Amino acid sequence: MKQIEKALRRPITGILISIVMGFIVGAVVLTIAGYSPLAAYREMILGVFSKPKYMVQVIIRATPLIFTGLSISFAFKTGMFNIGAEGQAIMGMVTAAVVGYCIELPPVIHFIAVALAAIVVAGLWGALVGVLKAKFGIHEVISGIMLNWIALYFNNFMISMPWLKKPEAEASYEVLESSWLVVLNSWKTSDAGREWLLDGTHPVLSDVLIRTDLNYGIFLAIAAAALVWFLLTRTTKGYEMRAVGSGADVARFAGINVNKNLILSLAIAGALAGLAGAVVITGTMPHRISVLTAQPGYGFDGISVALMANTSPFGVIASALLFAGLQYGGSSIQAELGAPSEIINIVIGTIIFFIAMSGAFRMLADYLEKRRGRSDGK
Amino acid sequence: MASVADKEYAVQMRGIKKYFGSFCALNGVQLDVEKGTIHALLGENGAGKSTLMNILYGLYQADEGEILINGRPENIKNPATAIKLGIGMVHQHFMLVEPFTVTQNIMLGMEKTRFGGVIDEASIRKDVLELSERYGLIVDPDAKIEDISVGMQQRVEILKALYRGAEILILDEPTAVLTPQEIGELIEIMRKLASDGKTVIIITHKLGEIKKSADYCTIIRRGVYIDTVRVEEVDETSLASMMVGREVKLTVTKEKADPGEVILEIDGLTVADSRGIDRVKDLSLQVRRGEIVGIAGIDGNGQQELVEAIMNMVPAKSGTITVKGREIQNRTPAQTLAAGVSTIPEDRHKHGLVLDFSVAENFVIENFRQAPYSSHGILDHKAIKEHAAQLIEKFDVRPAGCELNPARGLSGGNQQKLIIAREVDNDPDILIAVQPTRGLDVGAIEYVHKALINVRDQGKAVLLISLELDEVMDVSDRIAVIYDGTIVDSFDAEGADENHIGLMMAGGKRK
Repeated sequence: MKQIEKALRRPITGILISIVMGFIVGAVVLTIAGYSPLAAYREMILGVFSKPKYMVQVIIRATPLIFTGLSISFAFKTGMFNIGAEGQAIMGMVTAAVVGYCIELPPVIHFIAVALAAIVVAGLWGALVGVLKAKFGIHEVISGIMLNWIALYFNNFMISMPWLKKPEAEASYEVLESSWLVVLNSWKTSDAGREWLLDGTHPVLSDVLIRTDLNYGIFLAIAAAALVWFLLTRTTKGYEMRAVGSGADVARFAGINVNKNLILSLAIAGALAGLAGAVVITGTMPHRISVLTAQPGYGFDGISVALMANTSPFGVIASALLFAGLQYGGSSIQAELGAPSEIINIVIGTIIFFIAMSGAFRMLADYLEKRRGRSDGK
Repeated sequence: MASVADKEYAVQMRGIKKYFGSFCALNGVQLDVEKGTIHALLGENGAGKSTLMNILYGLYQADEGEILINGRPENIKNPATAIKLGIGMVHQHFMLVEPFTVTQNIMLGMEKTRFGGVIDEASIRKDVLELSERYGLIVDPDAKIEDISVGMQQRVEILKALYRGAEILILDEPTAVLTPQEIGELIEIMRKLASDGKTVIIITHKLGEIKKSADYCTIIRRGVYIDTVRVEEVDETSLASMMVGREVKLTVTKEKADPGEVILEIDGLTVADSRGIDRVKDLSLQVRRGEIVGIAGIDGNGQQELVEAIMNMVPAKSGTITVKGREIQNRTPAQTLAAGVSTIPEDRHKHGLVLDFSVAENFVIENFRQAPYSSHGILDHKAIKEHAAQLIEKFDVRPAGCELNPARGLSGGNQQKLIIAREVDNDPDILIAVQPTRGLDVGAIEYVHKALINVRDQGKAVLLISLELDEVMDVSDRIAVIYDGTIVDSFDAEGADENHIGLMMAGGKRK
């Protein structure tokens, strides 16, 4: 009994229960819609795990979500809701597209230049939200949403520039291959590489390398998570930012500059979201930006990812993989069973819903403790 | 007074037991409250007073025991049942809708209507006025809650309970948020209620107020019933020792002060609030090494702005603040700290502690950038934890070994100990203590006063700002009276006349 109560108080339990609840609700909806939930979930699992290629696809999709999830988690830890991650990611994409196409640099160095430029531009985009909050008291959600749209139209404006717009396309030119983050890119497209891959002796490798955009982004994402964790828990800057986030008045009273920390933490959150954009452009096809009619969603999905991770930096890696896995696997239930893949959005929504009310699990623990206490007491 | 035979009890609680988990909050507590009396419920923080009253009001269920209301056994399942039985409760934290008017708040949930659905606010307003006149609960029925003082808000809460037909009124720590004047007025109101046949139960740990207002007092200690006494038959010292369970010194013993050079000098300081109104006006004050200067005054006479200006939380309009010969006005809070000023803030939760941080993290909030707590921007969690362990032991912060617990989980007294430990450990030249014993029980108050005197005896300057005149008179070596933003008089605490101070606090006399 005591173990159950203890377990219920741990955040991870709430998250796991929420995930199970998500699948249960999804199953109910599938049943009502006339599909077998077991068959659907089987297809989903097969859609993710049956081939290494599929798993790689999930990792590729998860990579930008790890960055945006980190961006939002980081801001949460410092007391802010960075809904502007969406726009910051777009700014990262635009910057990557420009620097990746307009500047010629050797491989690796070119990517580093692209990533740094995206960090700076998106970081400033995030810092702008912080400045508006610090100087004028504008809530970060309001300015964040506004700036998301400004970023979107800035993206479209840039594509109207003749030096960037590819003729006959509603998109920019592709970034130069020297900036690509794709694994073994030049080798796998060389004659020797093609021959080796296609001679039939390495089916898994050829599948993964030729049919996916396997890129190094996931390693960068894991490194970023470690960095965020280190920054928040091990450094004095992180301590300051957390103090400002949990008690701005106390922090000010203790001699911490609140405004500077607000701006800095949103700049860091912006930089993380900007990296999501850079990784998308340099790591995956079509390696360019296109005219946007709606928000691409990296930032918004990042909110779900951060919530599912309970804003833990390492948790974000797992939750981004789960999120991407659900979406990728969900598409195969449509392909195989004809069941609408929107079911997956219901599953994800339900998971978030239950996580949002995870206080209920603690209440359950309190109730159990009370009942036990009463019977022990007598 | 009624004889034993015809004593009529409004509330009788017998053998009440209540467990929270395996923790026994109340162990067979009894309470007999005579009708038409003011009955105080006395106990330290965490003794179980509020739990007992929450059971009476139906917020909790007792695990054992019975409750009789007006002599009849009742099962109070929820507050709705309690209200039906004529029980009203005013919580420490008010439950009012800020943008609504007084009348709207009072009628909330029991609106009178006409024509099957139209609220008859005018007639309710009349009822409210009638009630408020009858008991001297003067409020403006049309004022919005957000615009009226805390004392007024409390009256609205009392009116709300009366409007719902309360015959038995429970007040939870009613004076914790009030100014001395308002406390006097509240006691008047309670008297009127009692003489009108209503029964008032006040939860408190302030002995002075019990002596002034209550007829009877029931003492509980750590969930155990100690005694019920007639207040006029006991003195404050015996009440205190019954509450704490040991002898408590209510008066502070200290050596005579031996003041040294001036540490803090404030000269002609003027500070405006956010609306541009001057709150501190041409204020001058000196605090010397080795003395405690107490500022006596009624709330809202510029004390808050004075502290905020010293801390550089707000700018000074004119004048200087000098610490050890260096001007510090209009700098940053960090520079105030660096100049050797430490502050025990009035609001523990807002200015003192990051509640979500661990105790250890809270201990270093002012010096986490320094060795050994960090080097080159990297925190040394081990050193931080060891530092916390030392201070926890030295300052007796409970529970022992709470370094990694969140500060939120500590009791109010222990949160205050944490802050005091941190600020004293800073080794400041001057310690500013603002309302350092607010909301604390007798045992903790004794502790805080001793700590302040210790700091003084170590040759530091102490500036004590308190709304409790007794505290200022007991602890200080010198008293400065603040009224309307300026120091109207200052003198040695020894031989100071309480009436004289009270008069000046109310603006009755200028130097």
